[in-house]
Amino acid sequence: MKISMMKTDSCFKGICWFCGSLVLLLTAGFFIQLLLASTDAWKEFGWRFFISSEWNPAAEKFGALPSIVSTLITTAIALIFALPLAFAAALFIADAPPLTSSILGHAVDMLAAIPSVIYGMWGLFILAPLMQKYVQPFMVNTLHMDKLPFVNSTYNGFGLFTAGLILAVMILPYICAVLRDVVKMTPAVLKEAAYGIGCTKLEAAKDIILRYGIRGILGGILIGLGRALGETMAVLFVIGNIMNMPKGIFDSASTISSTLASNFAEADGLQRSALFALGLILLAMCLCIQLLSQYFIHATKAKRGE
Amino acid sequence: MKQRSLLLRKIKNHLLTAFSVSAIFFAVAIMLWVIWTVICHGKDALTPSLLVNCSAPYGSMAYGIGNAILGTMLITLGAAIIAIPPALLAGIFLAEYTEFPRLAGAISFAANVLMGMPSILVGLFVYTIIVVPTGKFSGFAGSVALAILMFPVIMRTTENMLSMVPNTLRESALALGMTRMRATLYIVCRSAKNGLLTGILLALSRVSGETAPLLFTAMFADSFPTSYFTQPTASLPILITEYATNSPFEVMHQIGWSAALVVMLLVLMTNISTRIFFREKKYGN
Repeated sequence: MKISMMKTDSCFKGICWFCGSLVLLLTAGFFIQLLLASTDAWKEFGWRFFISSEWNPAAEKFGALPSIVSTLITTAIALIFALPLAFAAALFIADAPPLTSSILGHAVDMLAAIPSVIYGMWGLFILAPLMQKYVQPFMVNTLHMDKLPFVNSTYNGFGLFTAGLILAVMILPYICAVLRDVVKMTPAVLKEAAYGIGCTKLEAAKDIILRYGIRGILGGILIGLGRALGETMAVLFVIGNIMNMPKGIFDSASTISSTLASNFAEADGLQRSALFALGLILLAMCLCIQLLSQYFIHATKAKRGE
Repeated sequence: MKQRSLLLRKIKNHLLTAFSVSAIFFAVAIMLWVIWTVICHGKDALTPSLLVNCSAPYGSMAYGIGNAILGTMLITLGAAIIAIPPALLAGIFLAEYTEFPRLAGAISFAANVLMGMPSILVGLFVYTIIVVPTGKFSGFAGSVALAILMFPVIMRTTENMLSMVPNTLRESALALGMTRMRATLYIVCRSAKNGLLTGILLALSRVSGETAPLLFTAMFADSFPTSYFTQPTASLPILITEYATNSPFEVMHQIGWSAALVVMLLVLMTNISTRIFFREKKYGN
């Protein structure tokens, strides 16, 4: 009796151990699978894959540069818009009275709950026409922003800029959740001391919260970055899907994930291998971001936004 | 020390407050705008017959999304069955068996990598390990893809919820002579039941709207799912993608909006009701 109980107990422990290790197996599996599936492309193109901007299935010439650059540009646009908003919103939510704070917090979290395909549809049918009719003409004709580098004077509503805006909306709740924790975790004594010597809220936010929680903030930024890099559907709907090197932010282009989504089904042979190689690059980017964000978040012990 | 004008400082401060308020207003407004658009565009075509009919290519008389609704439910349910038991056990491992700190650290890190992994890569992975060997797109492959997405999420919430259970509870169970397995399953897990359910339901609601992992696994079919393991299975998100991007016809867009409305209701209802029913509870300490 006793022995059999001990046996089931250690059996249970073994099963738990195995289930835990499944995560390790899966993660390793992703790398191995992508590496194996992309060996042909690496053999054929080697390091030139990173710097070649040609994507020509007919001639079997593939290069990753346009999609890497587009991915980085959309992510950068998303961060530029999302970050100040998220920080300001987090400041407000953290200081608001409990009920307001929890309602607003949940409302912002809802942004993360809406499926990405719905953002995509909204972007395609609502935002893109709006951009074409009002926002982009305003930016080009009224503000003359086409004098700036990387801003085209032609536009059609689709492209990197629109995709970046949608991504900004999508990553806002993730960054905001982490920043909320960071603001809340700044010790009350520090904030009170700041107010005590006559700081305004702005000064307390800038000199106390920002400095105290800088690691947590960096971690939050990196989590948003990771989300924006890999987002597929919303980007696919509005980016225009052209495998060209983008010349400005109103150009149609194709990010890594949207390239995968739109080309993978029809691809075979070397093109499929090249697509797997793109996937591997994306995975490596996400891993680096995860490493950094773990490092920063661990330092503050802020919970990750879910 | 340099004197700064109080007026200027106050003005700056008010500007910050104004910016904060408008930022939160902006975020909430966008959310409402998206939801409102979907409701406005989707409600007209949303008839009972649309919900039960099978989808059809452009030109036929009876349009429907019934097969996609059924398919989404099948795929999500399958994913839940595949993912929940091992994810719970993995969470138990992290929270209860603390004698392997290095392994636990590695697992936590891997789980974070998996959680931050772009979902399209999960689609590629499942495509190579299931679709290529069996030679068939199937609802099962879609389930596996969603299960991989759910796994780390449920594992992390389980770990968090279990570690909130006070240690005294564990110790008293063990002192009564329970084995560790019994103490864990009947005492610790039971007292964290609400938290575990919340985690599972939130994870389910999140993956049920996922599109990218289903693109190359479950695919799409204009027929009711008859064979889960061997046939492409329709699902709402894929139907939306197909109808919105690959079809120039207004009718199809209408149906796409209605499908979007159904997905959104499904996801948001689960999400909101879960949050309301199982509001965060504080355990002990």
